Amino acid sequence: MATDKHDAVAGACVDAGGGALGMPQLCADWIPNQIFWLVVTLAAIYFVMSRIALPRIGAVLAERSGTITNDIAAAEELKNKAAEAEAAYDKALADARAEAQKIVAAAKADIQAGLDVELQKADAQIAVKTAESEAAIAEIRDGAVKSVTQVAKDTAKELVTALGGKSDAKTITAAVTARMKG
Amino acid sequence: MATEAQSEGGLVFHPLDQFIVKPLFSDGAVHWYTPTNVTLWMAVGLLCIIGVFVVGSRGRAIVPTRMQSIGELIYGFIYKMVEDVTGKDGIKYFPYIMTLFVFILFANYLALLPMSYSPTSMIAVTAVLGFGVFIAVTILGFVKNGPAFLGLFWMKDAPAVLRPVIAIIEVISYFVRPVSHSIRLAGNIMAGHAVIKVFAGFAALTLVSPVAILGITAIYGLEVLVAGIQAYVFTILTCVYLKDALHPAH
Repeated sequence: MATDKHDAVAGACVDAGGGALGMPQLCADWIPNQIFWLVVTLAAIYFVMSRIALPRIGAVLAERSGTITNDIAAAEELKNKAAEAEAAYDKALADARAEAQKIVAAAKADIQAGLDVELQKADAQIAVKTAESEAAIAEIRDGAVKSVTQVAKDTAKELVTALGGKSDAKTITAAVTARMKG
Repeated sequence: MATEAQSEGGLVFHPLDQFIVKPLFSDGAVHWYTPTNVTLWMAVGLLCIIGVFVVGSRGRAIVPTRMQSIGELIYGFIYKMVEDVTGKDGIKYFPYIMTLFVFILFANYLALLPMSYSPTSMIAVTAVLGFGVFIAVTILGFVKNGPAFLGLFWMKDAPAVLRPVIAIIEVISYFVRPVSHSIRLAGNIMAGHAVIKVFAGFAALTLVSPVAILGITAIYGLEVLVAGIQAYVFTILTCVYLKDALHPAH
């Protein structure tokens, strides 16, 4: 703010060289000018502020806080929806599990029942077969004993005859039978 | 001034020359209507205010631009101050307080530009602001409360003997308010700018010039703080005085 000497206004407050005489703040010549322009400026600022700037900024801030409130409410709603969906999902999953377990149990019971029936059938068949086999074995054994007796009698008869004895069929049979029993 | 000092070959300080009021377009006398450097820098301040608050917020964006968010920040700051200090019924005076604050804030910061002029360093300017607040608040106090406004000076909870004494002190302090209110602002701004000029004068001496320039830098940093703080102080005191007018009971 160097004062340009050629530009200076000599007067009560400025010396010939353009320097300040005393405090420029206290120069009475300049005070009305400052007050006038201050009032003009303040009026202009007040006009701009109260008519244009402040309502606009106030509206923007209100709108923003409204938007934020709405967004938070919407987010809350979506969160609730998500929680509901999760609950529904969990419930469906649990239901499906229960259903599956039920089906598994039913299938097991079915299989078990079928198995029991088959087992019983098989057991009965086995019993029948066993009985048949036992009968067959007994028959064979009986047949074998009879054959052995017959062969023993015949052989004894032949032996007695070959040795020169008179074979009395009845005696020999009785002897052989007695021997066989012993 | 530094150059002047050098040319004259000695230390010459003109720390107050920066406050001289000069006509912009002529060499004539300064009449009350003459456009001067005061006018110029007040107009620059007004343009900056319009730039920040009107042009900056023209988008009315929900997500603000940089300029808009500066405007919103200042708006929110002052709005909250008015609401906190004066209460809900002080909100309708918010535009006036906002006007005061932005004028002082922008004038203070523009004054920190080299070659600029600082209107808020002039007692005439700050006295109009200070006495304007004082007169407005006093009238408002009587209009809102009638004679009950005088209760501001009559301490009901003080001992009866002390009440007249306290009342005298309160009245004196009440009338000193506009003086301190305006001189605080002008004094701070003027002193800072003058000190910078004094340091600049010393910078002409080769030996001390580094110290002088460091000094200028430091004082400038301090002035940046002072510019904001004084605008804040002026505004919050205005709010306090307004609160006294609206609720005179202690």
